[in-house]
Amino acid sequence: MSATPTAITREQVRHLADLARIDLEDAELDHLAPQLSVILESVASISAIAADDIEPTSHALPLTNVFRDDVVVPSLSAAAALSGAPQVEEQRFAVPKILGEE
Amino acid sequence: MITRSAAQLAAALESGETTSAQVTEAFLNRIGAVDGDVHAFLQVDSDGAMAAAAASDARRAAGAPASALDGVPIAVKDVLATQGIATTCGSKILQGWVPPYDATVVARLKAAGLPILGKTNMDEFAMGSSTEHSAYGPTRNPWDLDRIPGGSGGGSAAAIAAFEAPLAIGSDTGGSIRQPGAVTGTVGVKPTYGGVSRYGLIAMANSLDQAGPVTGSVLDAALLHEVIGGHDPLDSTSINAPATGFVEAAKQGANGDLSGVKIGVITELGGEGYQAGVLARFNESLEVMVAAGAQIVEVSCPSFVHALAAYYLIMPSEASSNLARFDAMRYGLRVTPDGDPSAEDVMRATRDAGFGDEVKRRIILGTYALSSGYYDAYYGSAQKVRTLISRDFEAAFAQADVLVSPTAPTTAFKLGEKLDDPLSMYLNDIATIPANLAGVPGMSLPCGLADEDNLPAGFQILAPAMQDARLYRVGAALESLLTKQWGGRLLDRVPELGGAR
Repeated sequence: MSATPTAITREQVRHLADLARIDLEDAELDHLAPQLSVILESVASISAIAADDIEPTSHALPLTNVFRDDVVVPSLSAAAALSGAPQVEEQRFAVPKILGEE
Repeated sequence: MITRSAAQLAAALESGETTSAQVTEAFLNRIGAVDGDVHAFLQVDSDGAMAAAAASDARRAAGAPASALDGVPIAVKDVLATQGIATTCGSKILQGWVPPYDATVVARLKAAGLPILGKTNMDEFAMGSSTEHSAYGPTRNPWDLDRIPGGSGGGSAAAIAAFEAPLAIGSDTGGSIRQPGAVTGTVGVKPTYGGVSRYGLIAMANSLDQAGPVTGSVLDAALLHEVIGGHDPLDSTSINAPATGFVEAAKQGANGDLSGVKIGVITELGGEGYQAGVLARFNESLEVMVAAGAQIVEVSCPSFVHALAAYYLIMPSEASSNLARFDAMRYGLRVTPDGDPSAEDVMRATRDAGFGDEVKRRIILGTYALSSGYYDAYYGSAQKVRTLISRDFEAAFAQADVLVSPTAPTTAFKLGEKLDDPLSMYLNDIATIPANLAGVPGMSLPCGLADEDNLPAGFQILAPAMQDARLYRVGAALESLLTKQWGGRLLDRVPELGGAR
C-alpha cells in the first residue's frame, strides 16, 4: 500500500476546485487549504485499518436492479420541466456556448 | 393548543373538539409570534396550509378522514421538493427554485391530509451539525437563543421545541435528525435505509441519506413514520415491505415494561470526549430501564472508532458527485461573468457564488478522495471499514435486542463556537454516524437536562435493519418512565419565548 499524503497544498486545492468546476478566489484558497489538510490528516489513517481481503461495502443493504413495465406513464410537461431554468428558448434549455475559440 | 402532542391533536380532531383550521391557524400564529427569534422556517405557506386544513375539515365532516393524522399540520425540511413551494436546501444556488413535483414523502403527507405549514431551515445541502451553514442565517435553539439547534435539521427540531409545529420531517445522513433532536429535547428517528423513499429528497450522500420523523413524542414519531414509510417504485433503493407496527410498538412500550429486553451499551460510544452531564443522564436512564426489567449488556464495536474517518471520505465522495448537477444550466442560480463566457465559465462562476464554505470543503475533499491514485487508499479503504462496522453491528445485535449510547457527546454549543473549526464540528456526529454507514435505524429521545448548563441531553437507541419497531417499543418505554419521574414532559420546561403560550 502506497503512503498516503496527509497534507494538501494550495496548488492542489486550486487543481481540485478546477476539476469540480468551482472558481475559487485567492482568499478562499488561503482559507480552505489549511482546513482541508486538518481534515485529511484526521481521516488518513483509514488505509491502514482494513485487511486486503475485506470486501468493500457500497450500500448498507444489498442492491438489485429494479425494472418496471415498459408502459407510458404521465410525466412532467415541457413547461413544468423548464419552469426553473435560468434561460429558455423554443421549449428548450438555453445555455451559453459550449465550445471555446479554437 | 400548541403544546399538545400530534396524537392529542388527532384525538381532538376526531372527537370534534376542534378543527384543522383552528389547529393550523394556532400554529401559524405561533410561527408569526416567535419565528423572528428562532428562525426555524425558510418559507411559511399560510394560504396553502389553511386551504389544506379546510379540505381536511370537509373530509372529517363527511366522516371520511384520510388518515389518523388527517388535519394535523406539519413542517418539512427544505431538503424535500414541494410542488409550488420554494425549495432551497439552505443554499443560494437554489434560491427561489419552485419544484414542479412533490417528493414522495411530501405526496404521502398530502394524501394523508396533513397541512404543510412551511419549509424548515437547514445547513446548506444538509452539511453541518449546527444549521449555521444555512445561506439564510442560522436557526436558534429555543432552550437558549445563543446556542445552536443542532444540524443539519436544526429548523425542524427547533420548530418542534418552540411549539411552532406539532410534527416535522427531517433527513439524516450522519445524524441530522438525531443530533438536533438531542440538543433541542425532541424526538428524532432515522429509519432503516430504504424504509422511507428518497424520491425528491435532494441528495447529499445517497447511500446514507434517509428522511424521517421529528416530533415531540415517541408515539407521534411512530404515527408519522407509518404515514411516510413503505415501498416506493420511484426509489430503486426502497425496501419492498410495508411500514406498519410502529404505532402498536409505541403503545406497547408506553406501559413502561421492559421485562426480557436486552439492551447493549456500546463501549466505544461513551467515556472520554463526552460531557459529564450527558453521561450522567444517560446512565440514569439505564438504571430506570433496569428497574423496568431490562437486562444491560456491555458490547464492544471496535471498528466504530474509525466510523468518523470512513464517513468523512464516503460522504464527501458521494456529495461531490451528487452536487455536480448544480451546473447553472437547467435550474437554480446562473452567474454570467463578463465578456463572452462559455458554459464552463458560467458553471465555475455560479458554483463559486452559489455554494458556501462547507459545501466547497466537502466537494473538494470528495474530488480528492475519488481522484486516480488516491481512490484505493481513501474511498476504497473507507468502503472496507464500512464492512467492518456492519460486522460489528451484527455481532452486537447477536447479544442484544437494541444498542444504546448518548446521541451526541455534548449539549448545544454556542453559535459561532465551531463555525471555522470543521473537525470539531464533525465530532458532534461521532455517535450517530455508525448507524448510517450500516443502514440500521436509530432514534434519539430526550433523557433530561445536563447539570452543567441545564440543556437537553439525548439518548440514542439503535436496532437491526428492518426492526424499526424495536426503537418505538423501547423508546416509548423509556419516555414513559422518565416522564413519570419528571412529573411531565421535558419540553414543558422550554423557556418562554416572545409570544404568548
